[in-house]
Amino acid sequence: MRIERETLADLARGAAFLGSGGGGDPYYSLLLAEAAIERRGPVELITLASLGDDALVVPCGWIGAPTVSVEKLPNGSEAVAGLRRLETILGRRIDAVLPIEIGGGNGLAPIIAAADMGVPVVDCDGMGRAFPESQMAIFNIRGLSACPSVVTASCGALTVIETDDNLAHERIARSLSVALGGIAHMVEYPLTGAEARAHAIAGSVSAAIATGAAIREARAARQDPFEALADALRATGLYPHCKTLFDGKIVDLERETRGGFSVGNVIIDGFGGQGRMEIEFQNENLIARQDGRIRAMVPDLITIMDRETADTITTERLKYGQRVKVIAAAAPAMLREESALRFVGPRAFRLGTDFIALENLDTAETK
Amino acid sequence: MRIGVDVGGTNTDAVLIDGLRIIATNKQPTTPDVSSGVSAAIRAVLEEGNVAPGAITAVMIGTTHFTNALVEANRLDRVAIMRLASPSGEALPPFTGWPAPLAKQICGQIFLLPGGYEFDGREISAFDEERVREAARRCGESGIDSIAVSSAFAPINSAMEERAAQAIRAEHPGASISLSHTIGRLGLIERENGVILNAALAGLARHVVASLERALSDLKLAAPLFISQNDGTLISAQDAARYPVMTIGSGPTNSMRGAAFLTGINDAIVMDVGGTTCDIGVLSKGFPRESSISVDIGGVRTNFRMPDILALGLGGGTRIHLDPELYMADLLAETDLRIGPDSVGYRILQDAFLFGGRTLTASDIAVAAGRTRFGDPARIPPLSATVQTAIWRRIQAMFADGIDRMKTAKGEVPIIAVGGGHFLIDDDLPGATQVLRPAHASVANAVGAAIAQIGAQLEQIVDYDSVPRHAALERMREAVSARVAANGGLRESIQIVDMEEVFLSYLPGRSAQVRMKAVGDLAEPSSPAAGTVIAGARHAH
Repeated sequence: MRIERETLADLARGAAFLGSGGGGDPYYSLLLAEAAIERRGPVELITLASLGDDALVVPCGWIGAPTVSVEKLPNGSEAVAGLRRLETILGRRIDAVLPIEIGGGNGLAPIIAAADMGVPVVDCDGMGRAFPESQMAIFNIRGLSACPSVVTASCGALTVIETDDNLAHERIARSLSVALGGIAHMVEYPLTGAEARAHAIAGSVSAAIATGAAIREARAARQDPFEALADALRATGLYPHCKTLFDGKIVDLERETRGGFSVGNVIIDGFGGQGRMEIEFQNENLIARQDGRIRAMVPDLITIMDRETADTITTERLKYGQRVKVIAAAAPAMLREESALRFVGPRAFRLGTDFIALENLDTAETK
Repeated sequence: MRIGVDVGGTNTDAVLIDGLRIIATNKQPTTPDVSSGVSAAIRAVLEEGNVAPGAITAVMIGTTHFTNALVEANRLDRVAIMRLASPSGEALPPFTGWPAPLAKQICGQIFLLPGGYEFDGREISAFDEERVREAARRCGESGIDSIAVSSAFAPINSAMEERAAQAIRAEHPGASISLSHTIGRLGLIERENGVILNAALAGLARHVVASLERALSDLKLAAPLFISQNDGTLISAQDAARYPVMTIGSGPTNSMRGAAFLTGINDAIVMDVGGTTCDIGVLSKGFPRESSISVDIGGVRTNFRMPDILALGLGGGTRIHLDPELYMADLLAETDLRIGPDSVGYRILQDAFLFGGRTLTASDIAVAAGRTRFGDPARIPPLSATVQTAIWRRIQAMFADGIDRMKTAKGEVPIIAVGGGHFLIDDDLPGATQVLRPAHASVANAVGAAIAQIGAQLEQIVDYDSVPRHAALERMREAVSARVAANGGLRESIQIVDMEEVFLSYLPGRSAQVRMKAVGDLAEPSSPAAGTVIAGARHAH
């Protein structure tokens, strides 16, 4: 499949949904990717299965604060500079790139690198959604090293990180991003084709495109975009369950910053007396409770959307009075394995509960 | 005494107020040159009020003229944009994401220059005065007289944009210069889009403001001229000539502020029912709630401070879709009836049944049901009680749903109904504590202009780890109040009307982006009582 300029808006819409409330508004990433394709032409999207065992494939993404990234814009050379340095270190050419996380603006991050370097994007990613920290990538969970990793900034500054400890890598990269102006590009977890096939979340880029297209088409045909979204997600096989948890209006919102995270909760009153939903978030939405009963939890996806347009509302854009639907989707199976839950399950976010899958939680239908 | 004027697409309304009292109102057709209509309306209120021009302390004008120029892409200047942010941002040059025809019409030259700030105040790169001068020289040589300047994090530190303006002035003294920090908030692309639009309007704005000033002087009015802004506050005519985009959303804002004044209620939902739509907005502390999402103007994404308005396709001319065979029905199915969203609009005077036409409109129903009286009720075809009730209920349900969408809290709210079609709103509207229909509602916009206050806004990124939150907020309160006073606000009347705090996620530390807004009454030496505590007062009509 080719990613044309016209495909990008669908990818951005789908990536916003898969961000589960985090990952930032992809609008600027969309403009950047559109400019890149305008300049260099369309980008190839290839399947994981088509990778040779010893191909070199590299995840790309931005690290830092979405609120800063709307002012401190990229130069455009960051991704290519980082990837070229990695080629020098490893002594070979890169065969393909992929998004480190499909959710939010980072879902479009590798498009620029792919367009400028003339390499394809692999239809996969490292998180299947958005997560706040680098070690939450499936590659860390499966024991691969983040390094050598290259952090680059718009000023041309380039830093190579070499450490065996992926947590140390995240800490170093995070403080580098602050020193570099709050936002930087990072290439990390360089993979062989065999490693990518074994560990990456397969099909997530095309899933995002299909989801975004389904919402767009439903709107154009004046059909229910939420039904279209759910059907499209199930059809991907990657997100096998999807349901509308709640329909209501935001009546309270509390948030503060703790350790660099936007932490808080939002309360939504249901229409037609269906009670009240409370969602806790830490950049991403983590857990949704309806009248005290858990309805969905991380790593399953919880996304708050405008109830008319099905536009995703990221946690930093939540406002009193918004009329919303809360949509939950089952996370890709790899994120629900016992070994993964240690890094991305509810206890990793100090929620004090064991993971229960969306489809096994009380399924009382909400009308 | 003050005069408020609203220049709409169709009518130019003027109102003369003395403190809290409305002395005279007048409506004139809007003229293509704007100023003759304004002149006529002002002359009429002076005559009706029997007031000498010397007694007027201020004239406030709100106009949609600049909005129309942008939407119609008419009479716009070619613009050069200088962005101070390189090497950051080169991947997203100015005009990215614009509709191609508009970009082609406006875009004169693009300069990506070093400069700009980081979120923590460091420089992205040093300001290069020689390169700015060189760019200004090239603009002069190629006949570009409108120059827009943007810079990274300019809303937080405007120093580089100011230095650039000085350098441009030195090389190209005739240029009009628009600086991004004066018109937009964080979000470089949206703010830059706004400042480019502003620069494109510069020539037209100078022309319109000059002709308004001439009109006032012809009327022997020596009072200062103010123009109302999108957020309901005033800027001087000179500032409006430099920053016309700050005035393009003033219509709905003035209408809502006028409604608040006319009823004495500061927290309410205002419904402005026209021929085609009903604009619903929320008044909080006498000011319209601002939209939190980006605002598209002529297809260009901006982040202006604009009122949050929900436009329902329901007004006096809205068509009622119902098979004439069913006009006398005793029972209607849900699907038999559809209301709008199409409207006969200004053709209501020919097309509606009550004016001898052949179209059933919302006005026909209101007249048939005896809710109001105009036109010729005998021309409305007979409708069964069931049909009348069903249509009326459906209209009320649509209004009620609109109110509910705009509400931010549970419970019922007061509704202020203004506009020519206000009779469509039932006194028993669900969700409303009461429905107020103020006198002079048809000139609410002009009233809103007349009572406008002086405002200022400040935006900063604050690190609460280095400065305690209360101290940081207090410092901002002082700074923003000082700005209001500097703009002509009365010191003791200044109050903070809005504060927004957004924490910067994914970064260590406790940094927040804080936006604070203050307003104060216009300081009027010759009539100190006028304008104070206007919001909250109930006037006597």
